[in-house]
Amino acid sequence: MTIHETLDTTKLLNEVCEQLKGLIRHIDPNKLGFIGIHTGGVWVANKITEELQLKTNVGELNIAFYRDDFSKIGVHPTVKPSQLPFEVSGRHLILVDDILHTGRTVRAAMNEIFDYGRPLSISLVVLIARSGRELPIHADVCGADINLSKGGHVKLRGPEPLRLEICRDS
Amino acid sequence: MMVKKNIQLDAAGRLKHFLSIEGLSKTILINILDHAETFTSVGERAVKKVPLLRGKTVVNLFFEASTRTRTTFELAAKRLSADVMNINIDASATSKGESLADTLRTLEAMQADMFIVRHQDSGAPEFIARLVSAGVSVINAGDGRHAHPTQAMLDMFTIRKHKPIFENLAVAIVGDIKHSRVARSEIHALKILGVPEIRVVAPKTLIPAEIEKLGVSVHHDIQQGIKDADVVIMLRLQKERMSSALLPSGSEFFNTYGLTSKNLKAAKPDAIVMHPGPINRGIEIDSAIADSKQSLILEQVANGIAVRMAIMSLVVGNASL
Repeated sequence: MTIHETLDTTKLLNEVCEQLKGLIRHIDPNKLGFIGIHTGGVWVANKITEELQLKTNVGELNIAFYRDDFSKIGVHPTVKPSQLPFEVSGRHLILVDDILHTGRTVRAAMNEIFDYGRPLSISLVVLIARSGRELPIHADVCGADINLSKGGHVKLRGPEPLRLEICRDS
Repeated sequence: MMVKKNIQLDAAGRLKHFLSIEGLSKTILINILDHAETFTSVGERAVKKVPLLRGKTVVNLFFEASTRTRTTFELAAKRLSADVMNINIDASATSKGESLADTLRTLEAMQADMFIVRHQDSGAPEFIARLVSAGVSVINAGDGRHAHPTQAMLDMFTIRKHKPIFENLAVAIVGDIKHSRVARSEIHALKILGVPEIRVVAPKTLIPAEIEKLGVSVHHDIQQGIKDADVVIMLRLQKERMSSALLPSGSEFFNTYGLTSKNLKAAKPDAIVMHPGPINRGIEIDSAIADSKQSLILEQVANGIAVRMAIMSLVVGNASL
């Protein structure tokens, strides 16, 4: 697949941080919890908390056991346990992923989060949202929207530096 | 080169049934251990369940009594959100004259996706694996003297947690090697994972013929056998063997082959002690050792759930492709 464009993520991250500041302004920092979806989401979540100077450990969520394509691809080969370094119950969660596409990953992530406890709220933060949603899921905070045909592809490379590779079609 | 077809693997080499460690690659074993690692974290959460096998039906088909193996399989299946049926064949259809094949067809008609089979005859799970339709998996939960592969994998998992590099280990297996399906599966697993030194320790009457061919050294003296070992695996002495003149008595066995603190001093100071259970205190292992810090007997049981979750989800996932 040919890479047509490589995006510097600094601008996108700045945009995300600006929007996020407004979102969390009224939330008690002690009740805030950041969760990144393995692996790209964790990279982005780490950048955001660093940029906003939030002294919080980022939780890592591996949704392999919650995917809806088990009967199509079997157990997902990436094996890394989820690690949430805080109590989920009673917390406002900021769920972070790199790319929002079909929405299925986010659905799986929310299902998993509820097996840890009952959060007060979950907000979705993504670096980039591409077209192709299959579920009624939208990002609360989003660095940019991008229109891609079905064969198009976005991939976050990282963790240092973070850069987005965009392929317009296959 | 002619390659013998392994019924456990599908055409793409993926694990479809789990019947025996023999014939599996190191990659497959490591993959199971890595997945089990992830499943361990599920057991530490508020909700100890993941939806992987939701809507699947798992049948525990036990032709031979078992408590811990059956319950850990049951718990593992339930933590994967499967529906579980326990069928004790002894008390069920076969006593009414139904053949094994007919029993299986009946159960399959109930849309079972996986059979967990324990049987007193070696090879029964493989026989069943050949009978079931495509898309149905079979896991061996112990057959005759042949194999107990999930027990071996949970022991490998326990060893790796404490001694991460298999290539550096000396492992001693002590006790009734001859009648032990656990020992056989463990030897295969240790070999495949690259353990350079595997020893079996037992009186001559409890060592099977030609065991050396599996690449183990044979010892008849426990202190010599566990000398500088990193891992000491004790096997349960099946009491019924004592009546068959293979052994003088429990206490005499304990005096010669029992794991006491005095004997254990021969092993490395940080050696770990394992036992598949149930333990006979004062016959193969001293109570003080069984309850000591070096003993991982209860950890083995806990690890058994995560390892069985890993194996079940891998085979069901592959079988449904």
